[in-house]
Formats: sequence, structure tokens, C-alpha cells
Amino acid sequence: MLPGDPIGLYARGRNQDPEQLVELRRALNKPLLEQFLTYLRNPFDSTIDSTRFSRPVWEMIGERLWPTLLLLGTAILLASIIGIWIGIRAGWKPGGRFDRISTGTTLILYSMPEFWLGMMLLIVFSVGAFGIPGMFPVGGISTPGVDTSSPMGWLNVLWHLVLPCTTLVLIYLADYALVMRSSLIDERKQEYLTLARAKGLRDAMVRKRHAVPNALLPTVTLIFLSLGFVVTGAITVETVFSWPGLGLLTYEALRGPDIPLLQAIFLMFSIAVIVANLIAELLYVVFDPRVRS
Amino acid sequence: MTLLQFRDLSVDYASSEGIVPAVRGVTLDIEAGETLGIAGESGCGKTSLASAVLRLLPETAQVRGEIRLDGVDLLRMKWGTLRAVRWSQAAIVFQGALHALNPVQRIGDQIAEPIRLHQTVPEKRINARVGELLTQVGLPASRAKSYPHQLSGGQRQRVMIAMALACKPALIIADEPTTALDVMVQAQVLDLLTGLVRNASAGPDGGMGMILISHDLGVLGTTCDRIAVMYAGQIIESGPALEIFDNPKHPYTRALAAAFPRIGDPAARYAPTGLPGDPPFPGDLPTGCSFHPRCPIAVGSCRDSAPALVHVAPHRTAACFKVDS
Repeated sequence: MLPGDPIGLYARGRNQDPEQLVELRRALNKPLLEQFLTYLRNPFDSTIDSTRFSRPVWEMIGERLWPTLLLLGTAILLASIIGIWIGIRAGWKPGGRFDRISTGTTLILYSMPEFWLGMMLLIVFSVGAFGIPGMFPVGGISTPGVDTSSPMGWLNVLWHLVLPCTTLVLIYLADYALVMRSSLIDERKQEYLTLARAKGLRDAMVRKRHAVPNALLPTVTLIFLSLGFVVTGAITVETVFSWPGLGLLTYEALRGPDIPLLQAIFLMFSIAVIVANLIAELLYVVFDPRVRS
Repeated sequence: MTLLQFRDLSVDYASSEGIVPAVRGVTLDIEAGETLGIAGESGCGKTSLASAVLRLLPETAQVRGEIRLDGVDLLRMKWGTLRAVRWSQAAIVFQGALHALNPVQRIGDQIAEPIRLHQTVPEKRINARVGELLTQVGLPASRAKSYPHQLSGGQRQRVMIAMALACKPALIIADEPTTALDVMVQAQVLDLLTGLVRNASAGPDGGMGMILISHDLGVLGTTCDRIAVMYAGQIIESGPALEIFDNPKHPYTRALAAAFPRIGDPAARYAPTGLPGDPPFPGDLPTGCSFHPRCPIAVGSCRDSAPALVHVAPHRTAACFKVDS
């Protein structure tokens, strides 16, 4: 599935015995199940280092994990808060002014490739265009030489975080806003909202107490299910902004291709997505009493 | 004293096929403490009539005329004032289907909501009040902690009744309160509802009036004081409940009464009678009397002009050219 010859890559730059190469090649002809088990075991084999960086793969992943968690965590948190807020306002009065403007905007954002949006933001706000001066750094997580453990260092990291985070937030809030909007529109027809109105609740309370708690259920699940796509977004956006996270590491590993590193990254991404889906299921139990019993 | 007055009430729905009239010029009074039954087939406008009282119709509906509650026109009331009237003076018993209750909120909180909103009950008394209401409808007070899906259809309907009684309103509107239930439970719930409304009327707070909507004339005959029969958005007959059921004047009421044979009446059992045809589509009503295409006694003039609702006996009205002729 991947181009390139893994054996050739492994042997590149090393003085390998041809017989050993034949032995290695024979390993690729083993039964699929056996190869799969080897595949699962290999990332944990301390003797197999990254072919490109000649370092243990988990050490590299460990270093790159925190920048990615910082970027994705901030982006998803902001995107869900803003997206849900927009979705509520738009879905409560579908066809209204706010709905028409926000749905138009979110649909455009939703269809944009995140790396393209990232490059546009980079051109406008880092390089400077249309009379806007370059306000943000072009890439990286901090200015070289700045001590990131000091408060000034944190501010420096935040300053570097603004553009990549904004890119991800703009793309993902569109998704969340559209889902929240449509699930709120579905709830609007429900009879218990008529009951809530008949009780004399004002419109804002009908929305807050009755409509939103119900409409949130599918949205929360979707946010967690979407984490799988967030990972792909991280690869391109981190590459555009040279953000030293797992996404950029994936990109660097792909250029090799650095098979041992890629395998470990893919394994970790898969586990992350599965865990996110599990959390989605568990959250449903917390939020929906019908699932609990 | 007159509790609720409908004066020439019309409800039109704007649809893609033009204006569809659902209620056409209904004038009707409900006295304090009285139970009024509204009978009619599906689509005759009885639900639109009931929803118009608290202005709960969708935005596509245009309402004209007057609805006076204790003499004040609800249709011209400011929204803020109307919200204060909702539930505290007129409450609704919704059909007990699962969708009428919020699925993610405990029923105790849902019953307590209007109490918190309209009454000044101290917070620590609210749980006790919810417990009282639940006991009143025959549910253990501990049920307050349940979610709607944990209750049966009958229990949910009891919750709806407890909720309607929460603020001791002067008027209760029950729109087909038992349709979603099976027959045994239907009778129980209906007895409970009418019993509680009657008890409240006997109490010191003055009468509790009720509008009970059903397609079952037999049920209305035994539970209501008066009945109004609707057809194609209009009242076509009204009068004391038992008289309407035993001696219907309008041919439509007669057909409706015959559609529910009485137990132990072999004649009705062996010759069940029904009404041929379907009720007219509100957007495409027949000329003249809207019932004439299905009427067994229609004459030529029925096609050209509509009969007015006139007094045909003491306390009784009917809209038919052939009554008493």
C-alpha cells in the first residue's frame, strides 16, 4: 500500500550482508496473521529505531505529543463552545437573519481544506497583506532561545498558537454549528416544547431548559466521533505552521518513508480514535437517562 | 359566571395550497365549574380550537375573533401577561404520548416547573407539593425521581394530569387525553381526571372548568355537562350532554352517536351504523351546508345555502334545515 521498498529503506546507508537481506525479505512472505502480530509488536521493540532519525520511536512520539495535545485540545474546546453557541442561535430561529448569515459562513468554512485556510491566514496575518501588518510568527511553537517554562515563555507559546489554532477552530466550529443547528431544528417540533410554552416559560427558557439539553445529545457524540478527522487536520495544519507536534512528525516520517515511526504513529492515532469513540459512548450514558436504564 | 367565551373564532392556516380554514366562526361559552365536551372526527378543528386558547398554534396560523377568559380577551393580550395566564389560569392535559414530556428531565422537576414559575411556594415545600400532586393522581411520591421512559402510558398520563392541576387553574383543556392508552387504562384515567376536576369545583377555590375533547360521543355523554359537536370547523349542535347523546337533532350527531353502540343493545350490535364518505378537506369545503354530501336527509337547498346555528329546544342549538320539520 505504501510506495517504496521497506527492505531497501532499512538497508540504506548500512553495510548489510546480502544473505541477511534475503532473510529479511523472506519475513514479508510469512502468513498475514503472523505479520500482523509482528506489526503490533514492532513499535514496542526497542531495537527498531526510526530509520530517518535513528532514535527510538516512542521517545520521539513522547516529545511531540504535548504540542499536539495543546493545539488540538484548545482548538476542539473553542470550536465546540463557539460552534454549539452558533448552532443554538441559528437553529432556534431557522430562516432568520442570524441563521442565514451563519449557515452561509459555516458552510463555506466547512468546505475549505484546512491547509489552504491555514496558508491564507499565514499570508495575511504573519507575512502581512492588504495593509495588515504581520502580527504573528510564521511557524514553530516558540521563538528560539525563549525559556518556555517561564511565564513569558508561555505567552510566547500562546502567540505562536494563535494562527494554527484559529485555522482548526474555524474549520471544526463549522461542523459542530451545523450539527447543533440541525438537531435543534428537529427538537423544535417536539410536543414537550409546546408543553413548556403552555406552562408560561419565556422563549429563552424553553430553549435553555428543554430544547438545548435534548439537542446536545447527538452533537456531543458527534464531536467525539469527529476526533478521528481532527487527527488528519492536525497533520496538514501542523505542517503548514511547522508546529512540532505529531502531525508534523507524521509528515516528516511520510517523506522517508520512515516505516517504523509511521507504524508507531498510526497505531497511536488508531488507539486515540478508538478511545475517543469509547468516550462518546460513555458520555451518552451520562447525558441521556434513557440509555442509563 | 362565564369562565371562557369564544366569540366568532376563526383559525386559518397558510399553506402552499392557499388558506386552509380549520375553525370557522365558533361562538361558545363555558361556565365556571362546567365540563364541556367537544366532539368531532379528526380534522374537524377541535384541536385548533383548543390550542388557540393559550395561543399555542404555529406561526402559520391566523386567528381572528375573541377568546375571553374571565372577560379578558386572550388574543389581544401582551405576551408577558399571556405568559402569566398560561398554566396558572388555564392548563392543558396533553396526550400522554412519550413526546409530551421532556425525555431527559425527571418528572418531579417537570411538575415543579410551573409551581416555581407562577406561585410563591418556598423551595423546601416544592418537593412536598409535587409529592401531594402525584399521590392525588394515584402515583407514589417517590415517582418524582423517575424519567418519563420509566413510566407506562397510563402513568405518564397521570403525570400530565398532576402537572395540569399543579397551579390550581380555573380552566383545564384536555385534548384527547386518553387516545394513546389502552381501553382499561382509558376508563381509569378519565375517571381520575373528571373526579379531580369535580372535587376542585366543590372546594373553596371556586369551580374548575374543563374542555374535554374526544371523538367518542359516548365518553363525552357520561363525563360532561354539555357537549358541542364540531364538523368542518363549525359547531353544528350543542346542548346538555345526555340530551345530545340520547336525542341528537343534527343528522351528523345522530351518525356519531350510532357509531358507538351501547353495550347490551342487540339492535345496535346487529346493525352497526356508520357514516359513508370522509370528512371534507378544510381547504376544499362543499358549498352550502358542509355536511350535505354525506347527509342522509339532505335536500336541494342544503347545497346552496348553509344553515345557521339556531335554538331548537331549551338550551339546545343545531345547524340544520331539517331539524323539527
